Amino acid sequence: MDLGPYLLFASLEGLVHAAVLSLIALGLSLVFGVMRIVNVAHGEFFMLGAILTWWVSNFVMGNPALGFLLALLIVPLVVGIIAMFSDLLILRHLKYDPEVTIIATIGILYIIQQFALMTFGPDARPVEQPFNIRLDLFWFGFSAYKFFVIFSAIILLFCVWLVMAKTKFGLILRATQLDSEIAQAFGIPISTVYSLVFGVGAAIAAVGAVLIVPIQQAHYLMGGEPLLLAFIVVIIGGLGSLKGTVVAAMLIGISDGIISVFFSPNLAKILATLLVVVVLLIRPNGLFRTIRT
Amino acid sequence: MRKDLILHLSALSVLLLLELLGIFSDYHQGNFARILVLAAYGVGYNILFGYTGLLSLGHALFFSAGLYASGLSIYHLDYDIGQSIIFAIGISAFISSLIGFLALRTIGVSFMIVTLMFSQIAYLSILYFGSITRGDEGFVIQQSSRFFFSLDLSNPTIRYYSALLIFSLCIFINLWIAKSSFGRVLVAIRENSDRALMLGYNVQSYKLLSIIISGTISGFAGACYGILFGYVGASFATVSYSIFPLLWVLIGGAGTVLGPLVGAIFMFYLIDYASDITDAYMIIVGVSLLTVTLFARRGLLGELRYRFFKWIP
Repeated sequence: MDLGPYLLFASLEGLVHAAVLSLIALGLSLVFGVMRIVNVAHGEFFMLGAILTWWVSNFVMGNPALGFLLALLIVPLVVGIIAMFSDLLILRHLKYDPEVTIIATIGILYIIQQFALMTFGPDARPVEQPFNIRLDLFWFGFSAYKFFVIFSAIILLFCVWLVMAKTKFGLILRATQLDSEIAQAFGIPISTVYSLVFGVGAAIAAVGAVLIVPIQQAHYLMGGEPLLLAFIVVIIGGLGSLKGTVVAAMLIGISDGIISVFFSPNLAKILATLLVVVVLLIRPNGLFRTIRT
Repeated sequence: MRKDLILHLSALSVLLLLELLGIFSDYHQGNFARILVLAAYGVGYNILFGYTGLLSLGHALFFSAGLYASGLSIYHLDYDIGQSIIFAIGISAFISSLIGFLALRTIGVSFMIVTLMFSQIAYLSILYFGSITRGDEGFVIQQSSRFFFSLDLSNPTIRYYSALLIFSLCIFINLWIAKSSFGRVLVAIRENSDRALMLGYNVQSYKLLSIIISGTISGFAGACYGILFGYVGASFATVSYSIFPLLWVLIGGAGTVLGPLVGAIFMFYLIDYASDITDAYMIIVGVSLLTVTLFARRGLLGELRYRFFKWIP
């Protein structure tokens, strides 16, 4: 093959990962935006989503599409509930102090990860694709499912935008994001909102996991890499900004895909992280600036 | 003599006596040698976190910088132990000033995230340059090159004394800093950096200096760890090795000289015990982190200082 088709192939692969990455980063960004905390356990909620998808798809016999649909319904809900419980039991008692919360979410990270190791085991396990159609793209065949992933991510991003911009719940979230004390004075139940947002943020990452797991296998250590990339996306794209998150996820995801295909996945991550350094040098504190410590 | 000096000298004497009187079994002697070097790493971490109040999530970068600088210089360049340690100190001082310069452009939570990401770059770079670093597998430092003059550092007894010496050195540096006017400025920055700034201290350069000292001690501990135990591997650059010193310091008490030792002993034996029961022994780390943040913010020595002994440095 010439360079052109290779590049197209790499970009398409990158686009699939960019789609999932934008979901993960969106969850992280939403939680940070509204609650002003950084959830280091976010990658583990993603991992949990992948592993639960494996359970569900193994539970449902017969057509893999059935298991997939069931997983798409149940898994984000379960992950969201687990996240809400960790907020109720732990983060709430820390009064959302930014630094202490990070330490606590690292604790949650280890507990979820090691619990997955105990129950799911150390092996990577595949999940069957819900449908197996290959599209012939002139130079190479490309799985139709991957296009489905991109398409679903776009739909979900659109829904999140719709909720944030057009509904009462979105209004409450935006009010809390702007000034939680004033919002509380107007009768918004802040602690309920916080728990919900923490759950929704984790659930969005879990949707990303359900989508990606038929392509990439489920493994108990799979949460670390997307967490790093999501941090990069969120720093470059700006926090709480849906548009910024999507644009940055596209940039990072596609270049990650291209560099991974031509050079090495590790080099892609090193370069992406160095990009963050450049951003910080040009705009020190710029994109995390809303934080008060 | 000063009370604090007596306390620390007697703590060190206990560690010396445990060995001299032959109380240790071979197993615990090996463990304690490891703990002492790791506690030296914790002391380095504590200078930045406990005294200056900057929470880094990327100290594995400094630890592994020292580890690899000494290991690689022995492995590829045939340095002797003394040369490689000096080289490692130089490298970690350089890297910590570079990282400090960049990371200090951010504060609070973003400082934590940025240091975490830098450390992740280091880890990925070690894997990427696998032809030099031997990647995930790591490499063994041959026993024949682990001689300091004529002392065989792979001998368990000599190794224990060396570890104790390394730890004592770091303790006294820490004690000296805690008592100096420099250390008091660091504490002032921790307590209220705006006020320190208003009093005319150049907060930024104090913070940078604190990172350099902290990173260099961590690198020194890393170099010694590689040499004493003969193995250099990428696992020492993972996030876990950034979290460990944080946990030791939190359990022992942030901003106390002996806190990292107390925390390291506690965690080492807890993990050792748990790893007999389950492969998922890191769950202990998670539970400990939550316990400390939820119920015991001050840590053991911090609590003692708060309640009874105000003079503990």
